[in-house]
Amino acid sequence: MNRDNTDIQQKMLITHAPHIWKGFSVSRIMYIVVIALLFPTAAAIYFFGYYSIILILVCVAVAVLTEFIIKKLRHKRFVMDGSAVITGLLFALVLPPRLPLWMAIIGAAFSIAIAKEAFGGLGYNIFNPALAGRAFLVVCFPGEMTTWVLPTYFNMDAVTGPSPLGENFSYQVERLQMYKDLLFGNTSGSMGETSALLIIAGGIILLSFRIIDWRIPLFYIGTVALGSFLVGQDVLYQLLAGGLMIGAFFMATDYATSPVTGNGRIIFAVGLGVLTVLFRNFGPMPEGVAFSILIMNAFTPLIDKYVKLKPFGYQGKKKNA
Amino acid sequence: MIKKKSRFRGLDLPENKFTEHKPIEAIPIPKTAVMPLVQNIGAPCSFIIEKGDAVKTGQKIADSKSYVSAPIHSPVSGKVKRLSKILNPVTGALMDSATIESDGEDSRVQTDPLFDIDASKDYGQLVNIIDSISREDILSRIREGGIVGLGGAAFPTHVKLNPPPEKEIDTVILNGCECEPFITSDHRVMLEYGKQVLAGLYIIKRLLDPESIYIAIEDNKKDAIESMGELVTEMGFEDMCRIVSLPSRYPMGAEKTLIKTIVNRAVPMGGLPMDVGVVVNNVTTSKAIYEAVIEGQPLISKVITITGEYEEIKNVLVRIGTPISELLEMCGINREKANKVIVGGPMMGNLLLDPDFPVTKGANCILAMDSRIPQEQNCIKCGRCVKICPMNLEPLVYARNVKSGRSEGLKDFYISNCIECGSCAYVCPSNIPIVGYIKAGKAMLAREQNAG
Repeated sequence: MNRDNTDIQQKMLITHAPHIWKGFSVSRIMYIVVIALLFPTAAAIYFFGYYSIILILVCVAVAVLTEFIIKKLRHKRFVMDGSAVITGLLFALVLPPRLPLWMAIIGAAFSIAIAKEAFGGLGYNIFNPALAGRAFLVVCFPGEMTTWVLPTYFNMDAVTGPSPLGENFSYQVERLQMYKDLLFGNTSGSMGETSALLIIAGGIILLSFRIIDWRIPLFYIGTVALGSFLVGQDVLYQLLAGGLMIGAFFMATDYATSPVTGNGRIIFAVGLGVLTVLFRNFGPMPEGVAFSILIMNAFTPLIDKYVKLKPFGYQGKKKNA
Repeated sequence: MIKKKSRFRGLDLPENKFTEHKPIEAIPIPKTAVMPLVQNIGAPCSFIIEKGDAVKTGQKIADSKSYVSAPIHSPVSGKVKRLSKILNPVTGALMDSATIESDGEDSRVQTDPLFDIDASKDYGQLVNIIDSISREDILSRIREGGIVGLGGAAFPTHVKLNPPPEKEIDTVILNGCECEPFITSDHRVMLEYGKQVLAGLYIIKRLLDPESIYIAIEDNKKDAIESMGELVTEMGFEDMCRIVSLPSRYPMGAEKTLIKTIVNRAVPMGGLPMDVGVVVNNVTTSKAIYEAVIEGQPLISKVITITGEYEEIKNVLVRIGTPISELLEMCGINREKANKVIVGGPMMGNLLLDPDFPVTKGANCILAMDSRIPQEQNCIKCGRCVKICPMNLEPLVYARNVKSGRSEGLKDFYISNCIECGSCAYVCPSNIPIVGYIKAGKAMLAREQNAG
């Protein structure tokens, strides 16, 4: 070939097939999740007042800033794809409503710097960053991380409340009123976990945009329901109280830390349900959603390795060897 | 006519079939024709002519002793100007090619047509003629005509139509799906050469004697479904074959998904359609079979769609070997408008790097597009590629493993089963060129196999 092709190469893009794309980008996915998260965020602000606004904004800002600094330090490109916003927001929503700001800052920075970026950044982290940050704080500040308050609305005087799912919580109010409070969120707990209704509304947004796989929330919640029934607990109470809803819709469905195949996701979700029932009924702490998810996160690579799809035309291992 | 639902998830692509109503235009013969030797899957040919030889249109210029190969014919009459090497744009290797200077005469090798399908409506006679030729004779005519699969794979047709005796063929599918966006060449062939296509189908039937024959057409080509249906009746083939209307899902036209959809059989991994008793042929191949067997006409021209960002878009009948730059010039097209020229469709087509590269047997579309370089981002493991893959594979695993240079993960996840349809990369929110990684991964495995 004696032709000089440089002029053509300058004008032409060298790319692989396919040459067209659907154009559903990562940041679009992330911002749909942010929008879905605004529902439980609204509940957090409504029930826990001005301080929760500050706490949420600080966590989001610290998360984004930490990601920016780490990308600069590693000489990588910083993309405002919304994933750090999600981590910061989710992290804030699983904090006790009156956690001191400096503790939240440490936790948010840990979420991004250690749980996400140290493992390779977006898509390569093993543990859900927000939950890893929360777990870190539980170990560092066990007292503050288990101090719950009753909903204060926009009144600043906090009244210490019983811990969600704790022993002296269950039968304080009449049953029907209790279900109603749990559904709407008029109860103590982490900022964003109290209103089952608004979390489900956010979850429906995620499902209708096909952002998350229905298998994970369905099988997770279903397993908890069955397990709670078998150990003789109030099933509806077990489903609505604590972090199950926010965990099932927003935490367990995190792409990077959950399996990639449909069957893998079912195994993952059933595992989550079993662990949650075990932790809630036999563990030292009243709640176990966060640690269930972190433990199943660790199993995700294993599930992905062994729970493979059967390819088209698969006829067993021997014939294809 | 029967209707079928797709039996795979598939993609709903923007069709962009802008040229579907444009009749095929015959393009003048080129001043020079470039004929690369690698134009089919299987053994490459070698030249049986030398520099300076005079050749006629349709004269065989290259052949191979190997069974899985198809000869190549001169598309013009004139003189062999040079034998040189050009770059194979798919493999990146150099391949031999002949440059033939046309004398403008287009004087053809003497042929003896057995039937004139455009003049005579006596289809009973056509059927009798086909029935009177022996199977061996038909196969050798197909081989001598240089016929290969024209849907893009370019597998020698005489091999496909002569399955080993232990493979019982009970179903033949004529593939008129044309599921790639933009391309309309098969569509126009069905509308304008429907008789030849059906006559070719009868020849295929004569060779394979299947129980059932389906003509598969996607429902975005209603006029083709209708006109093929009318022709089937007109030619008296109602008992022989049935038209199947299929939903327009990508990649419907891929052999495996098409067979699954129509007869609900899964071609085994690493196997061929004949393993499940099916042979699939493209409609344009069928037309070429007719021309080779009945008219003695080798494969020297092809219908191609010229579309995309050109001031004129059309379907053309062009001689194989026409340099694409010359083809565009003859169409009065200035190619500076777009920054990308693709040979084939937008999903599986290859980039045209050398504008002087010729039209080959496998080409069916020249597409100009203005495109961007998508910024590749981290894989977020969202699983969209897994969900969409028509072969039930996990494309993200290949991309991740190839990036980190690990080959062991590729085999475990059956990379060889990938048909490179591009669906995974199309839906990828991180713009990862997954098919590029898969091709690299397959090459990596092949290298390791050769080394070990």
